[in-house]
Amino acid sequence: MGGVVDILSWICIGGGLFFSLMGGIGLLRFPDFYARCHAAGITDTLGSILILSGLMLQTGIELNLARLILILLFLLFTSPVAGHAIARAAHQHGLEAQVDGEDVTDA
Amino acid sequence: MKKTVSLTLMLFALWLLWSGIYTFMITSFGVASVILCVWLAHRMNIVDSEGHPAHLALAHITYGPWLLWQIVLANIDVSKRVLSGNINPCWVRIKAPQKTPLGRVIYANSITLTPGTTTVQLSGDELLVHTIHREVGEDLARGAMASRVSKLEGQD
Amino acid sequence: MFVVASIGILVCMSLALVRAAKGPTVFDRILAVNNMGTKTVLLIAVLGYLTGRPDFLDLAMIYVLINFIGTFAILKFVKYGDLAQAAPPEGE
Repeated sequence: MGGVVDILSWICIGGGLFFSLMGGIGLLRFPDFYARCHAAGITDTLGSILILSGLMLQTGIELNLARLILILLFLLFTSPVAGHAIARAAHQHGLEAQVDGEDVTDA
Repeated sequence: MKKTVSLTLMLFALWLLWSGIYTFMITSFGVASVILCVWLAHRMNIVDSEGHPAHLALAHITYGPWLLWQIVLANIDVSKRVLSGNINPCWVRIKAPQKTPLGRVIYANSITLTPGTTTVQLSGDELLVHTIHREVGEDLARGAMASRVSKLEGQD
Repeated sequence: MFVVASIGILVCMSLALVRAAKGPTVFDRILAVNNMGTKTVLLIAVLGYLTGRPDFLDLAMIYVLINFIGTFAILKFVKYGDLAQAAPPEGE
């Protein structure tokens, strides 16, 4: 294990922890449910990407690397679907969002 | 038939990655489970371009890194908003320009995967998206991601 | 160093747990629990390295999928109050 790779992996894990913490704080701070969805998205994406990349750098080339990549892929495939399902269920339930102004459209 | 072969190969490669023990008996269990899975997938009628979109794999080589970079940028943006509390949530109603349902799902998933934008509804080609700030919503409505996904979809 | 990483993840998990306890709507709770599941996956992966047993990665992989299916099961239960029956067609 080279020193540079080690340092790089700890930078990745530290960054991942930072973004996970941001997600956690956002989950507490944001005023309504839909805004909290975005905060949850931070942990789901960059938080896990960085922490798992840090672990990948610790691993080196072996079978566990493939496992870590698969965990990351599964997370990236499932988390938006789950997030969408929760937001859609809340919307269908009739949960109102705190929004200002009119809707933005592409027209 | 091509889809079946590629599904079988992919499943077996996955199995080999997971197993780590390559004796004859264990590997033959692997072969048996791959055959069982392919048979089940056939019975469920999901070995088609939607259930096994192998033709999009190549296109993802350029789309993946771009999406990753967008995710990084959006994460930094949302993290700043978490710290500063500068949010102005709004709804965005846009049309998904993709031709196939699979393309639209990829587009909606990409939107949700990017923090700051969450697809709340996808009916037909109409998307209802909740964004954390008006600027983010206007950026989304300009459609840079939509044209990327259309290009990805067109490469089959 | 892996100790620091796992403690950091535990802190994040406790933040999500606070949101799950506070609510106010059931969807906030589901979102928080789903988020905690994601962090649990990361925790399991880091713990595997902490204890020098990377076999834990297999558990993490399964946990991702269980977390996904579990979220859907809870959402369905909240909406229909029943897991056994198929959902009624859209628009009812």
